[in-house]
Amino acid sequence: MRVLIPKSKPSKGAVGKTGLWRTSKPVVNHDKCIKCVICWAFCPETTIFRFQDNSVDIDYEYCKGCGVCANECPVNAIEMVED
Amino acid sequence: MSIIEEKKGVSNVKVVTANEAVALAVKCAKVDVVGAYPISPQTSIMEYLTKYIETENLSMEIVRVESEHSAMAVAMGAASVGARAFTATASQGLLYMAEMVYWVGGSRLPVVMAITSRAMGAPWILGNEHTDVLLPREWGWMVLFPEHNQEVFDTIIQAYRIADKTLIPVVVGLDGFILSHTTMPISIPDQSVIDSFIPKDVPKPYALNTSNPFTHGNAVHSNVYLEFRYDIFRTIEESEDLVDQVDKEWEKLTGRSYGGVIEEYLLDDAEVAIVVIGASSGDAKQAAKNVREKYGIKAGVIRLRSIRPFPVKRLSQIASKLKAIGVFDRNMSPGLGGMIATEVKFALYDLKDKPIVQSYIGGLGGKDVRIVDFEKIFTELKEIVDGRIGVQRVRWVGLDLAAVDSYFEEV
Repeated sequence: MRVLIPKSKPSKGAVGKTGLWRTSKPVVNHDKCIKCVICWAFCPETTIFRFQDNSVDIDYEYCKGCGVCANECPVNAIEMVED
Repeated sequence: MSIIEEKKGVSNVKVVTANEAVALAVKCAKVDVVGAYPISPQTSIMEYLTKYIETENLSMEIVRVESEHSAMAVAMGAASVGARAFTATASQGLLYMAEMVYWVGGSRLPVVMAITSRAMGAPWILGNEHTDVLLPREWGWMVLFPEHNQEVFDTIIQAYRIADKTLIPVVVGLDGFILSHTTMPISIPDQSVIDSFIPKDVPKPYALNTSNPFTHGNAVHSNVYLEFRYDIFRTIEESEDLVDQVDKEWEKLTGRSYGGVIEEYLLDDAEVAIVVIGASSGDAKQAAKNVREKYGIKAGVIRLRSIRPFPVKRLSQIASKLKAIGVFDRNMSPGLGGMIATEVKFALYDLKDKPIVQSYIGGLGGKDVRIVDFEKIFTELKEIVDGRIGVQRVRWVGLDLAAVDSYFEEV
């Protein structure tokens, strides 16, 4: 008997460009940002880029626009904007 | 009694309930991890297992959890890394577990689960009924249904063999209370026989592995989901022969065979037959014998051991020689018929010379069904064949609406 099993190998965007699901997007105000990287830690989809100096930006190809980052930012440096 | 005769590979005989037979089989299968949550009439399976761990120093891990949903999640997690996993439940517990049962089926993990059958509320009820055991037949699991305690033990062992081979999880159903709390003698083969029948060092391509990372059940798009479901369909469909073959191999080792997917009883010259599953099969067989002696009705019994795979091939061969089949369901599909009756009709519809199929429903919630009830089914089937009465969508066994007058209120 032929036996097959479904396997999912790690890859970026296994279910496609989930940024298309978004209705509003987070926008980072870099003047206000204190580089605490809390948004990066909380993002449930790992769609926040963290750079060497701990500044951050959003990966809009995959960000679903859930708003967790804006909610967690201690200095309100992330604003949700209609997309 | 044949099962206490000395047979090849048989080392000892124990007098046990079917729940203890399940626990003994799980021990003999050297299961690694058990997810445990109590629900009647399944609870004593877990009690026996904890006793064996305590007194026999087993390496088996029993994880006590807060719900059936988590019991199956434990089994799934264990199976995901290649451990041999088991759980058991019944009735409401299965309903609460349902989501994870479906996940295990879709992930193709070889978990084995015992369901000690019990009706479901509302109204609150403990009695035996097969609806719960049959539900996972739509959830990507195989469903086997033994008749007595010895077969319960043997079928749990066979289930691991089938699951390891097909990577389809297997439900073994057993009649709540009728078997689960009734003692019978069973033979337990030598451990070496069981070890050779269900070796643990088989390839486990599904086992998670950090050096070659992958996951089970990640999100997919609609372009492949149908294909995943198709492959479960195909594998279960193709397993009809495998269930037969596993039963034959078990016979070689232990001397015990149950006919594979179907146990055939007095069918050689039969005109009418009852399709039945589980413990009531014994009563149906006695009834077939009785009506042959008393009325000369050529009666036989088709005992389905396997509900998934549904034995379409074998049932068709048997049915083409019969004039009428009565399907006795201890379950129901509301407004339609017995669940197995609808499947029997589906399986036989394309036959050229197909028998009449009459659905019978009875025994729900543990209502007693006796040998005389099966005798009546046989005589009715004979009357249907002779054209004296017609086929009804459903004929009810033991239905007594007057008895519940005081419980109903017309509004």
